[in-house]
Amino acid sequence: MPLDLFAAAPAGGLDNFLQYCVQGLLFGALFALIALGYTMVYGIIELINFAHGDLFMLGTFMGLTVLSALGISVSTAAAANTGLTVLAVFLMLLIVPTFCAGLNWSVDRVIYKPLRNAPRLAPLVSAIGVSFVFMNFGLFWNGAIYEDDRPVPAASPRAFPDLVPLRNLLPEDAGMRFTTKDVMVVAITLPIMIALTLFVKRTSLGKAMRATAQHPTAARLMGINVDRVIGATFLIGGALGGVGSVMYALYINTTSYQAGFQMGLYAFTAAVLGGIGNIPGAVLGGLVIGLVRSLGSVYVGETWNSALIFAILILILVFRPSGLLGARTREKV
Amino acid sequence: MKTILQRVPWLWMMFVLAVAYPILPGLDKEVFEITGQPVGRVIATIFISAILALGLNVVVGNAGLLHLGIGAFFGFGAYLTGIIMVREYPFQREIAPVAAFFLCVAVSTIGSALLAVILSGPVLRLRGDYFALVTLGFGEVVRFTLRNLEEVTAGTKGLKPIPSPWTMDVDFAWNYRGYYFLTLTFLTIVILLLRNLERSAIGRAWVALREDELAAASMGLNVARLKLGAIALGAGLAGLAGCLFAYVLRNTSDPDQYGFNISIMTLCCLILGGVGNRTGVIVGVVLVFGFDNLLSPIMDSYLQRQLFAVADPAGDVRVFGGRIGNTGSPYLNFSGWRLAVFGLALIFVMRFRPSGLIPARRGSTKES
Repeated sequence: MPLDLFAAAPAGGLDNFLQYCVQGLLFGALFALIALGYTMVYGIIELINFAHGDLFMLGTFMGLTVLSALGISVSTAAAANTGLTVLAVFLMLLIVPTFCAGLNWSVDRVIYKPLRNAPRLAPLVSAIGVSFVFMNFGLFWNGAIYEDDRPVPAASPRAFPDLVPLRNLLPEDAGMRFTTKDVMVVAITLPIMIALTLFVKRTSLGKAMRATAQHPTAARLMGINVDRVIGATFLIGGALGGVGSVMYALYINTTSYQAGFQMGLYAFTAAVLGGIGNIPGAVLGGLVIGLVRSLGSVYVGETWNSALIFAILILILVFRPSGLLGARTREKV
Repeated sequence: MKTILQRVPWLWMMFVLAVAYPILPGLDKEVFEITGQPVGRVIATIFISAILALGLNVVVGNAGLLHLGIGAFFGFGAYLTGIIMVREYPFQREIAPVAAFFLCVAVSTIGSALLAVILSGPVLRLRGDYFALVTLGFGEVVRFTLRNLEEVTAGTKGLKPIPSPWTMDVDFAWNYRGYYFLTLTFLTIVILLLRNLERSAIGRAWVALREDELAAASMGLNVARLKLGAIALGAGLAGLAGCLFAYVLRNTSDPDQYGFNISIMTLCCLILGGVGNRTGVIVGVVLVFGFDNLLSPIMDSYLQRQLFAVADPAGDVRVFGGRIGNTGSPYLNFSGWRLAVFGLALIFVMRFRPSGLIPARRGSTKES
């Protein structure tokens, strides 16, 4: 029997298409937040930080811990009043990125830094090792956060309290929906990305980062403290991943100790698509991957989503290894 | 200079032990009574993992290409066998089981090698970690395809039953010896083949390629063909391992068995044991898969018995009155720590012994 790729044809016409695009772009913004962590680290030390996706996963559990400390669980989330909701989101946005940034920085200090002059494979394999340790840690963490005083099976996915209500803000006859959750994503990711761009373009630390990315030795000769710049990169990348995990958890309302692997690969694909090491490229890549994922699940079928995104990753690497916005560099011998 | 670990004749020791285990009468039954695990059967799967790891070692160790998707070819081989033996069921009855087995071996090996050539051909010019990433992508694409093509692969249910390769129907649980010696024979053949290949012109060319691609090309070696050959051989061995795996399990299991996890575990064996060194790789396989498939289940059932003895009726475990967890808590299970154990092993080996426990003797192991 021939495979019917278009079995899941979408109902409705243009309105639905626009709706899927909006959904895709919003989800893409989340990918972009994580992709930035990949692209910044790769840009500076040419390391595919495999553990970044799992750092994101640990961020969602940190968010869960913050909520349970505030007494918010899946069953009580709907009853939370506006004040408590705002407080909870604010606290999560404060604590989770700090935690992720600190963890990312410490991992670089303890594990990657001694390997700076080792063969290329060594930090990459170490990063895979860190990702395993993080996953194990996430598994334990999930088992340690109780749901209404009951333990939960640590290995299965668990629900994240649905804190932000899903209220449509557009009139009913507008033909599409734009909900409070969508507003939350836009209101938080957009300023962060603008701030990051300004930071890298305008500040002296940003300038040092660009210099180090271009040529670490030359940057060191110019008096730049390269180790500090690398540390700062891990801090910023981790913090962005932390914001991403709060947004993701509040938007999707589920997490698991394995959530980091797939999300990380999507985000990495986004970074490569945009041109790895290129900050606007990561954002563009994230949006494109989000669109592909959203439209793909409608027009091709949800089960093919991951295969589709990996196929795109491979095609980009074959035909445009430097990505959409990346500059083509010649390999030095 | 040889280190002490390099002087020990690991391969011979392991071979003698492997042959002795099933020959000693009643040993497996005795071991089963103590451990509660069908150890002989598990060892047969460890032999299969060793074939898989040796296949990966051709790509990573000999040719110096980091490959993160070997599991896909393992799975592809298993599913080719499954398709021949289960989907084409009428065909089974017209052909002797032994002949069908060798047909499956040939089809799985060649099929996986061909798939690898088709997939990797276009991406050969990518270098270093980009190549690694693409192989990872392939691995996932193949896994999702296996899962989604339900008409052919039965989705997550897997294809079953795969009949035994011999005519008489032996009791699977106890008479493990057939599969044991079958897999051990294949492993021995693979080791001999790879040993000879490594000493041949192509083996030396791979070393040149691994040490410096540009220099190798300048000396007139056809780099693309060498890389493709290593990838095809590696994937072919992985396909062979998949075929044997399907036979020993008597089904293809489900596609998630062949994902990133198995690829990384296999890579773990290489890195732990010593990339590029056959003996080291097999020591790595014994450590990693022995830990995962033998030690973990044994320790788990032991720990569970201990926990249930001290737990209260609600399942809470207390030490000196303080609650330390539930009988189901992953950190009170031995296997709950496996990811951390492997992760830390990778980190520590990379930091303190970057060429593995038993490093390859010849040349350096510098990777691009």
